[in-house]
Amino acid sequence: MQHHTLSCCGGVRPSLPPPLSFRWSKIKRERCRRLPRCARIAAQLELKAPPYSLSSLEPHMSRETLEYHWGRHHRAHVASLNNLIAGTDLDGMGLDEIVVVSYNKGNPLPPFVHAAQVWNHDFFWQSIKPGGGGRPSGRLMELIERDFGSFDRMLEEFKRAALTQFGSGWAWLVYKANRLDVGNAVNPCPSEKDNKLVVLKSPNAVNPIVWDYFPLLAIDVWEHAYYLDYENRRADYVSIFLEKLVSWEAVSDRLDVAIERAAERAREDETRRQEDDTAVSHSEAVEMYLDSDTDDSEAE
Amino acid sequence: MALRTLFTKKSLTLASAFRPIAVASTAGDQRLGSGLSQARGLTVAALPDLPYDYGALEPAISGEIMRLHHQKHHQAYVTNYNNALEQLEAAIAMGDATAVVRLQSAIKFNGGGHINHSIFWKNLKPVNEGGGEPPHSSLGWAIDTDFGSLEALVQKMNAEGAALQGSGWVWLALDKGFKKLTVETTANQDPLVTKGANLVPLLGIDVWEHAYYLQYKNVRPDYLKNIWKVIDWKYASEVYEKETA
Repeated sequence: MQHHTLSCCGGVRPSLPPPLSFRWSKIKRERCRRLPRCARIAAQLELKAPPYSLSSLEPHMSRETLEYHWGRHHRAHVASLNNLIAGTDLDGMGLDEIVVVSYNKGNPLPPFVHAAQVWNHDFFWQSIKPGGGGRPSGRLMELIERDFGSFDRMLEEFKRAALTQFGSGWAWLVYKANRLDVGNAVNPCPSEKDNKLVVLKSPNAVNPIVWDYFPLLAIDVWEHAYYLDYENRRADYVSIFLEKLVSWEAVSDRLDVAIERAAERAREDETRRQEDDTAVSHSEAVEMYLDSDTDDSEAE
Repeated sequence: MALRTLFTKKSLTLASAFRPIAVASTAGDQRLGSGLSQARGLTVAALPDLPYDYGALEPAISGEIMRLHHQKHHQAYVTNYNNALEQLEAAIAMGDATAVVRLQSAIKFNGGGHINHSIFWKNLKPVNEGGGEPPHSSLGWAIDTDFGSLEALVQKMNAEGAALQGSGWVWLALDKGFKKLTVETTANQDPLVTKGANLVPLLGIDVWEHAYYLQYKNVRPDYLKNIWKVIDWKYASEVYEKETA
């Protein structure tokens, strides 16, 4: 069973928030105590093949690059991840959830780098295709023009992000939903326009789902992604990626999912807010008391 | 040899005489007219010459890797560092605090790249000129005292270098405060001084993929294993002795 196939490339945020104090070694120990043989049969995450042959991106990305990048780097991350999560509470979670939980609010646990790199590479292979490039259309193009001014301005910003990621990492086009990941922040007048496209860069393995963004497009700027074909010329690789390889269809499909997902979350938030309002009305007397207390201290 | 010398001389010329033209075309800052920097007499960084041929470290490190690493990567750090310095000077002159702060990441990255690579080239030496010969002298004793043996130190640096995520460096450092050797890693092009003002780099190993990928591909541990065959312990010993004298 491939329990990451359903979730990983949609970039859907897992519904469960990470536990407040997720302690990697402790959980591993507890799991071992509960299970007599310190192991259980669980689904292994699988290495997904790119949806095209390894030589079909030539001459822009060589077969040799894919043989190493997919066949060695990506494969090694899958193996390391399976190895690290076996017998822990991460075992059996979807890949998205493993990424978010093991990010551990900025203090990554050992599996994070591998989980995120498996996610990133699955996503990267599906972001490109033989005969890619060109220009997007429809809603994607409308939002690009709305949020960046023009398609070319978006490309410029994306290239700048890819070239100024100092060291290994990724550049992204993401859909930013209008929500802060804190319970008491509410936009008083939310509108569809608050949700927008943003260009980001991230170091090493970090994936924007840990910041609650919905990824639409990624370029790998680790040197192994381009060194065999472009040597030190990262700028050439980034240009060719955008001109000849990117699959705007894939980006467009992801945008549709992102918009649908954001609308769903907005509805959930609204329902929750109404429930909270009802609960608050019962404790209003207490809050008024606290408020007047504060006023007194300020007056002194 | 002749080709290399010719090139590095050319790049030195580029870095000094023709730099303002390059700046005007790449920095994207129209306020910096060509020639201004010369009038201000800004001291610029220059690509150092290598004390050996590109192919002289083979088979441990291929000539192609050395050529790209020196001519392209290090040159780019030098060029971009000089560009950033020039923009910094302009920003300071105009009292533009936002620009001064914004330039810090480019200065740290490119300045760090220049510092780190300048040390790295001195840490390497062809086998027939003494590369790989273990340190004797006081550094040899200090390694035995602080790590148990040279083999133990090599093992530690290989393990930390292999485990470093993404791009960066693994260092043998002298902590001048505690008079003790330590192994440190730094991310990206952060120079060793970012880990502590007391730390003096004796030996730095570049574990960016560009340092080994054309030859070792994804197998960083093999690169780390082989680089010890061309390490110049004499240079590290000299720095150690100077700093502990």
